[in-house]
Amino acid sequence: MAKRVVFAAISFLLVAVAGYAAFYVAPTERTMGLIQRIFYFHVSSAWAGMDVLIACFVANLLYVWKRDSKYDALGVACAEVGLVFMTVVLITGPIWGHPVWGIWWTWDARLTSTFVLWLLYVSYLLLRTLVEEPERRALLSSLFGIFAFVDVPLVWFSIRWWRTQHPAPVFMGGPNSGLADPTMKKVFYFCVLVMHVFALFLVLERYALEKMKHEIDILKRELEVA
Amino acid sequence: MKNLDSVFAAYMIGWAVYFIFYLTVAKRTSDLRADVERLKNSLSRK
Repeated sequence: MAKRVVFAAISFLLVAVAGYAAFYVAPTERTMGLIQRIFYFHVSSAWAGMDVLIACFVANLLYVWKRDSKYDALGVACAEVGLVFMTVVLITGPIWGHPVWGIWWTWDARLTSTFVLWLLYVSYLLLRTLVEEPERRALLSSLFGIFAFVDVPLVWFSIRWWRTQHPAPVFMGGPNSGLADPTMKKVFYFCVLVMHVFALFLVLERYALEKMKHEIDILKRELEVA
Repeated sequence: MKNLDSVFAAYMIGWAVYFIFYLTVAKRTSDLRADVERLKNSLSRK
């Protein structure tokens, strides 16, 4: 319990420091101005969200292979946290896009594949509410999670494979991509690190909740037998 | 300070989403903890 409180305090403190760095340490971008500061929050949330969904995929594979309930618990924890991160990405993106592009939304490859990803993980969580039997629910949702993951590399590579309205990639996007200013780079990578720590904190909290649900199922079965 | 309102909105809405999610997890955990205690008490009485 004490470890969880300390981790929560560290996560929230890091988040506050990252917010300060994004507003006061990073210089204002010359072309876009103030609106570019959304980038530190939007992109770091997207990277952390994608990594959580990769963890979800690994947990789903491990459940199908080993049939251990801890992997099911980890899978659903990662799916829910990943969905929350992608929700933030889908909200902050259009807030940046409206003043810069003049439109809130366009059906280009990156935006559409991200929206499809969001819908897939909403379906993953909905599917779990439809199946009562725990083992069947775990297996069906793990299989669906493996299928849903196909969209994650599509989202990542969409801005590399197709010319889209979305800006060029920050990382591995060719010689003219990425951040030129070294302070901007440092702040950006710090924000990415902080969002990963925050995502890990949320996954651990959600995983503890799912483990408690399993404990209740066991206790209920014991009570029926007694 | 052009677009300050958009930057402010993006950060506030984003953090509100994260914070509300954290609160729902904390609430569900506290409800389940009470259920675990209740079930353990029922089991020990039997």
